[in-house]
Amino acid sequence: MEPDAGIRLDNNHQLSLREFPYIIRWRDDRCKRCGSCTAVCPVKAIVPTVKVQRLVQSEGPVPTPAAVRRTVHVVEQVTDMERYCTGCGACTLVCPNEAIEPEFNPQNKFLHYKNKGGEGYKRGGRRNDPSISTLDRLKFTRISMLTDPALDAGRHEFRVRSLLGRILPPEDLPLKMINGKLVIDKDSGKFIPPVREIFPIMIGSMSIGALSPPMWEGLAMGVAYLNEVEGLPVVMCSGEGGMPPRLLRSKYLKYFIIQIASGYFGWDEIIHALPHMVEDPAAIEIKYGQGAKPGDGGLLMAQKVLKLIAKIRGVPQFVDLASPPTHQTKYSIEEAVAKMIQSMSMAFGFRVPVYPKISGTKTARAVLNNLARNPYAAALSIDGEDGGTGAAYNVSMDKMGHPIASNIRDCYLDLVKQGKQNELPLIAAGGISKKGNLAANAAALIMLGASAVSIGKYIMQATADCFGDEYNRCNLCNTGKCPRGITTQDPKLYRRLDPDKVAERLVEVFKAADVELRKIFAPMGRSTELPIGMSDGLSIDDKAMAERLEISYAC
Amino acid sequence: MCRLVAITSSKYFSPIENILALETMKEGHDGSGLGLTLKDLGGGFEKLKRYPILSGICSKTGKGTLEDFMKKQGFKLKHEWKPKIKKVKGIIPRDDYFARVYDYPAEYKNKPLSEKEDLLMNTRLALRRIGEPDESIFVFSFYPDVITLKEVGDPLQLGEFFGLDRDDIKAKIIFAQGRQNTNYAICLYACHPFFIQGCCSMTNGENTAFVPIREFLMSRGFPGYMGYNSDSEVFTHILHYTVRALGFPLHYYKDVITPLKASEIQQRSDREALRLVKQSLRALCIDGPNMVIGFLPDGTCFMVQDSKKLRPGVVGGVKGKYALMSEECGLDRAIPERDRDKDIFPMKYDMVIVPPGAKEAKVWNQMQG
Repeated sequence: MEPDAGIRLDNNHQLSLREFPYIIRWRDDRCKRCGSCTAVCPVKAIVPTVKVQRLVQSEGPVPTPAAVRRTVHVVEQVTDMERYCTGCGACTLVCPNEAIEPEFNPQNKFLHYKNKGGEGYKRGGRRNDPSISTLDRLKFTRISMLTDPALDAGRHEFRVRSLLGRILPPEDLPLKMINGKLVIDKDSGKFIPPVREIFPIMIGSMSIGALSPPMWEGLAMGVAYLNEVEGLPVVMCSGEGGMPPRLLRSKYLKYFIIQIASGYFGWDEIIHALPHMVEDPAAIEIKYGQGAKPGDGGLLMAQKVLKLIAKIRGVPQFVDLASPPTHQTKYSIEEAVAKMIQSMSMAFGFRVPVYPKISGTKTARAVLNNLARNPYAAALSIDGEDGGTGAAYNVSMDKMGHPIASNIRDCYLDLVKQGKQNELPLIAAGGISKKGNLAANAAALIMLGASAVSIGKYIMQATADCFGDEYNRCNLCNTGKCPRGITTQDPKLYRRLDPDKVAERLVEVFKAADVELRKIFAPMGRSTELPIGMSDGLSIDDKAMAERLEISYAC
Repeated sequence: MCRLVAITSSKYFSPIENILALETMKEGHDGSGLGLTLKDLGGGFEKLKRYPILSGICSKTGKGTLEDFMKKQGFKLKHEWKPKIKKVKGIIPRDDYFARVYDYPAEYKNKPLSEKEDLLMNTRLALRRIGEPDESIFVFSFYPDVITLKEVGDPLQLGEFFGLDRDDIKAKIIFAQGRQNTNYAICLYACHPFFIQGCCSMTNGENTAFVPIREFLMSRGFPGYMGYNSDSEVFTHILHYTVRALGFPLHYYKDVITPLKASEIQQRSDREALRLVKQSLRALCIDGPNMVIGFLPDGTCFMVQDSKKLRPGVVGGVKGKYALMSEECGLDRAIPERDRDKDIFPMKYDMVIVPPGAKEAKVWNQMQG
């Protein structure tokens, strides 16, 4: 109803700032009105505005208080839910006088309103649950000393390596004996699957397109450096979005896992590059699901599909690129898994491990059992509910999916029952290093049965200072307005990111993780092989969890 | 850390030699137990080499159960040896220690050895299962020409308790372990040496990779891979799995338990096969501080170290008699007449092998292959 002319609204129809997840604390006395904060705000949650202030002031030697009205410039937070403050803090960073800062408001009713136009809230990031995860509650409690000369992480030789690829059971090895030595029996005609020796922490799938050019380039450079200079065989997954054509034809391809997902983006370019490849990729990952958004597809918005992205993905510029939630041409696990694995293996001459990635789910064991019977399946990657994404519905991120700890444990114990625990490596992902405990989370998952772990969100945070956290801070990846220049295709934003710095940080992250893994494994008496499934080394301070994970309870 | 004494000889000798050598290493064992495995038996057993010997302990009720069970299975008792028990302070005697020689059931007499071995192992496991709940029967081995004795106590006192100094029981290969009970409650089944189908081993050290190894072995579908009251029992089963189940030559045991690095494998002439072996048997990497002494069905004895050589171990002797031990003082006691300069202290890549007959000790180096 239109108010009658001359009647002033009392603002009671508006949302109050108390409903918003972050409230801007602006200090009038410190602000010099430079306008940097309002210019940098990626969502325009703050605006420069004017207000009339009534002041009582006195001038002269004798107090003569008088009220004056003055027009002042202020910075004000808007109360429009479409322009809510995401708490990113870009304003704080640009402010020369520390005059502005967003503050988390735990009483917010953000989700009550964030569905305007009947559209559910979409965002990037990962599950907004800041509580201590199961992974962070796991402790390493079997410390060897006195009964055993403990290993020295700084002095003894350690081999922190894992295997990616289908491993033949010992009974099936095509071996024969000649003069007391084992040799491969080439006449047996048995297929020996390709296996890669890798560092047990992998970089998970983040595509070119989802990531900005300097971010992806920085990661790729860091990975190449780790392999070539540091001797750490770290591998990185391309995500769905193809690979830069020059990289496909370079010797560095061997450090990359190429992902194929339901949109098949980039695969035209990849297939055409096949005859020119001088190295095989580390592996092929077939994405069936993502922990952050199980059952949901991907979407690269039209505004992110610039020339470079369009070229790499083999699509026209400025069109929405939707990856369907499922592989549209596949209708059963036999087709989806067996045929895809077979096709991909064949394309690369059976020289490259091919494995599927699924989101954490109660049905993971069914998939696993199918793969266990498929001699070409190279691994199973399970992405738990705490995995990250560039864009998804909030409901998918917050409420869908399965925690990784028990999912991996169930799968590992299933393999143990079949005696195949060393044949099909399990890759665990989703929520590793949520609180920054990369090596500890990775080691815990390995002891629960994973052969390797995959990390994504943490890499963005640790190497490129991503603002995102579990208090829904920033999480603007889906909008293309990433204030750090990590998940944007806007040159004005991504020029903030220096790819060399990203590479440098990546190297630091992995070198530190390597040292920390040794620090965990050394007192537990493991050095030459990864303690996969060494569950007697783990405890947790919750009886139900201990029972569920079949580990000990310690308090 | 337990102390180990293995002696292999071309002539029969008494297990008291092992016990006396153990006595010299007394600071290393706490008197929590003695395990003895005798192979290639002399004395009263010399003429019974073809027949399987069931070694164990049983209570009065257990004895009846055991006899009934063996009868039902078709085994016929041919000979029985019992240690001449002498009461010793501190050792609580159990009712019946025995080594019973049986003749195979009629239907097995002409069966190949492998089938006979399976029968013997399954019979031993069945008896173990029957006697385990009430501890009425303990069975340690059931195999031709092998006797096992185990009991809680100090080795020297146990030697007196079993009357080994007064008995004519002799063998050409004798393994003895003096226990240092650190990890688990004193349980007779946790006492080394462990034995399965002709393969035997004993170890000192903690097996840090015990759980994944146990899970791997137990999931092989082989009924003998069970027990694991000690984390060291897996060493015997890995030996059996490598040599018997997979049919690999003995030195690959070293490659299984302490695999080389990828770059080191490249230097071996069997590198292609070795790379596959390492991958497929990754779960059996022992990774801990361990020295392992073992023997094979043919009487070959060996000693290997963990990949960092964190435990003591020495091999030495004269032509016709070699000893594999934890410490040199034990060696001095067992074979004082040897040339000490020729003693072998195997390092992290070495496997010392003493072939049957104990004529020599060879060192196989993992790097050379």
